[in-house]
Amino acid sequence: MKLWKTILTAAGLVVATGTSAFAVRTDLVIGITLEPPHLDPTAGAAAAIDEVLYANVFEGLTRIGPNGEVLPDLAESWTVSDDGKVYTFKLHTGVKFHDGTDFNADDVKFSLDRARADNSVNAQKGLFAAIDTVEVADPGTVKITLKNPQSSFLYNMGWGDAVIVAPETADTNKEKPVGTGPFRFQSWAKGSSITLIKSDTYWGAPVSLDKAEFRIVPDAAAAIPALLSGDVQAFPFFPDPDSVAQVKDDPRFKVVIGATEGETILSINNKKPPFDRLQVRQAISFALDRKAIIDGASAGLGVPIGSHMSPANKAYVDLTGLYPHNVERARELLKEAGLENGFKATLKLPPPPYARLGGEIIASQLRDVGIDLQIVPVEWAQWLDQVFTKKDYDLTIVSHTEPNDIDIYSRKDYYFNYDNPTFDKIIADLNLTSDEAKRMTLLGEAQKILADDAVVGFLYELPKAGVWDAKLEGFWENAPIQANDLTKVKWTE
Amino acid sequence: MTLRFDIPEENFADILVKAFTNRSFLAGFVITALVAAVAIVSFFWTPFDVTKLIIADKTQAPSPAHWFGTDHFGRDILSMIMVGARNSIAVALVAVGIGMGIGVPLGAFAAARGGIADEAVMRLNDLVFAFPALLSAIMITAIFGPGALNAIIAIGIFNIPVFARVARAGALAIWPRDFILAARAAGKGKTLITLEHVLPNIVTLLLVQGTIQFALGILAEAGLSYVGLGTQPPMPSWGRMLFDAQTRMVAAPWMAIFPGMAIVVTVLGLNLLGDGIADILDPRSRRQR
Repeated sequence: MKLWKTILTAAGLVVATGTSAFAVRTDLVIGITLEPPHLDPTAGAAAAIDEVLYANVFEGLTRIGPNGEVLPDLAESWTVSDDGKVYTFKLHTGVKFHDGTDFNADDVKFSLDRARADNSVNAQKGLFAAIDTVEVADPGTVKITLKNPQSSFLYNMGWGDAVIVAPETADTNKEKPVGTGPFRFQSWAKGSSITLIKSDTYWGAPVSLDKAEFRIVPDAAAAIPALLSGDVQAFPFFPDPDSVAQVKDDPRFKVVIGATEGETILSINNKKPPFDRLQVRQAISFALDRKAIIDGASAGLGVPIGSHMSPANKAYVDLTGLYPHNVERARELLKEAGLENGFKATLKLPPPPYARLGGEIIASQLRDVGIDLQIVPVEWAQWLDQVFTKKDYDLTIVSHTEPNDIDIYSRKDYYFNYDNPTFDKIIADLNLTSDEAKRMTLLGEAQKILADDAVVGFLYELPKAGVWDAKLEGFWENAPIQANDLTKVKWTE
Repeated sequence: MTLRFDIPEENFADILVKAFTNRSFLAGFVITALVAAVAIVSFFWTPFDVTKLIIADKTQAPSPAHWFGTDHFGRDILSMIMVGARNSIAVALVAVGIGMGIGVPLGAFAAARGGIADEAVMRLNDLVFAFPALLSAIMITAIFGPGALNAIIAIGIFNIPVFARVARAGALAIWPRDFILAARAAGKGKTLITLEHVLPNIVTLLLVQGTIQFALGILAEAGLSYVGLGTQPPMPSWGRMLFDAQTRMVAAPWMAIFPGMAIVVTVLGLNLLGDGIADILDPRSRRQR
């Protein structure tokens, strides 16, 4: 009898430990607010593409880590010539694309040449502007020669737009992405979800998750119920910081407030009267009360900015004191511009809560100085078409989440309609400068010019509110680039 | 003048007595009058300015200073409900006006003419009626842009077939009556008969339908504003208030409860009023009592 009991107990223990080992989940549903327009990171500016695929499905020569650092990826190591112009990358061997074909130096040459070609549809062609030639030394080595030294080159190669694709599948990546990453694409139910599964042929450290589903939850109001019901276990970019309060004290969830590279700005159409007048733009800057906007639109979590640079960046210059909230000064400037009776304008707002909430607050603040804004809510597709492409707008609110993107103000035909040769010259010089101290000075000057010109209303750095199941770990706290890197994510029990 | 042929002798005093002894009419009347009074008062006075955002006071619970609390922008919810009442009533009133103004003549015309004219008018009505009203309103505001005016037009258009049907059905029941025959024998034309004899006899029907449509109009306006297609900020609207409240239901329930109650109470009041009017003026219900 006693023996039987012992055996049973032992068996029970084995079963218990056995099941608990198997009980660790390996599937995950991640909530995302925006659906990607397609799944090719080398052919679109939409952040949602990278938020699904970066580091998960596609990989580059280098990659950006959780804190914005440059890490080796497909390139195992590299050497830089003394003049800073020649980069020789040693590639990992035994790497396969998800369709079974081998990865080698030819794919690197193909991808980079494709991205910088004249007919390239890459959304960030500037990343490749410094490249002169890409040569295949041998299947495991690539030599990239730059036109001029560029200190940000390794960082640039880590962007989602610079990932390596295979020539065979490059044209079909929009619907069926094929990369070298730890997850491969399984299915896309349009309007509903995108599913990735673990790749069996991955070359690097194996991932813990077998399956990751990105569930599209466009409605901020639906995000909390989705978490509470367990339908979605993680929202790395929680859409509405205000409602995070509902789960903050719930032990089942972890709430992590981090930083992003998202300069949230009141964009101004600089060519459209009366916004073509400096006094008018400065009046708007004086009329804005950043504290109220941050408290009302980002639950007090945003960090104020005075120009287009993240406060976390080394090159950051604090210009938030340039236009303190001053209604009197704003009115005087409008009077100088001959608009003492105020004027009417429209404010087009895309769907995110930061824009819709911020828009109402800003409309109220500008009303105090006599600027009567009509609020026009638009969907993302309309926003991209009307505002971003056709530049048919007066004012809008948007968060520019790309890192180090101050150069957008020098881009011809960019939707700000801003044109300042002095600024363009600085950006051009910056691209030719590799000396760190000189770069900092140039970046400082660039920030100062944008602030002096009051090109747009600089509001705050978008906070990243991440909410996920307390049993999950390995998510990024901050968002140095647009990504939901799942390579380190795992269930702890 | 013309009424004397049609409605059994009943003077105004009798109707008043009936009205004040009819419970649903009384309750409906009091509630509706109260909502209307609040809307009118909001033109002259509200406890706080509803277009002024005071972020420092955001999501405060109800207190002596803010009876209904404040919203996520620090606005006083009581003040917003007062101004919102004005918007709701204006939108619903004009929408019912459009529906009656176009629908009733159409229905009466169809009933008077009959034949192909009747068919044509009513099938056209069916076409409009086939679309769910709120969906069509969303369609119209999506095409012509969001805003209170487009919301009014959208809701108004879909009131037209409702009133046309009611007017036609009512009129068809009147046309075979003896006094119409008498009027025709006296040589009156169809238009004159419609104006003098038919319409006065279907006024009750139209009034009752009017209060129902009015209540539906308030709901429709709230619905459109809820999805962002109705009244635009900074003008407060009950529907928008509910939308803003939904992500904060747990943290600030008062943001949802009060505008929700405002809608419920107003719609209830209008429905009671409609029932009451039907009871008082409808001869059939008189017999039942």
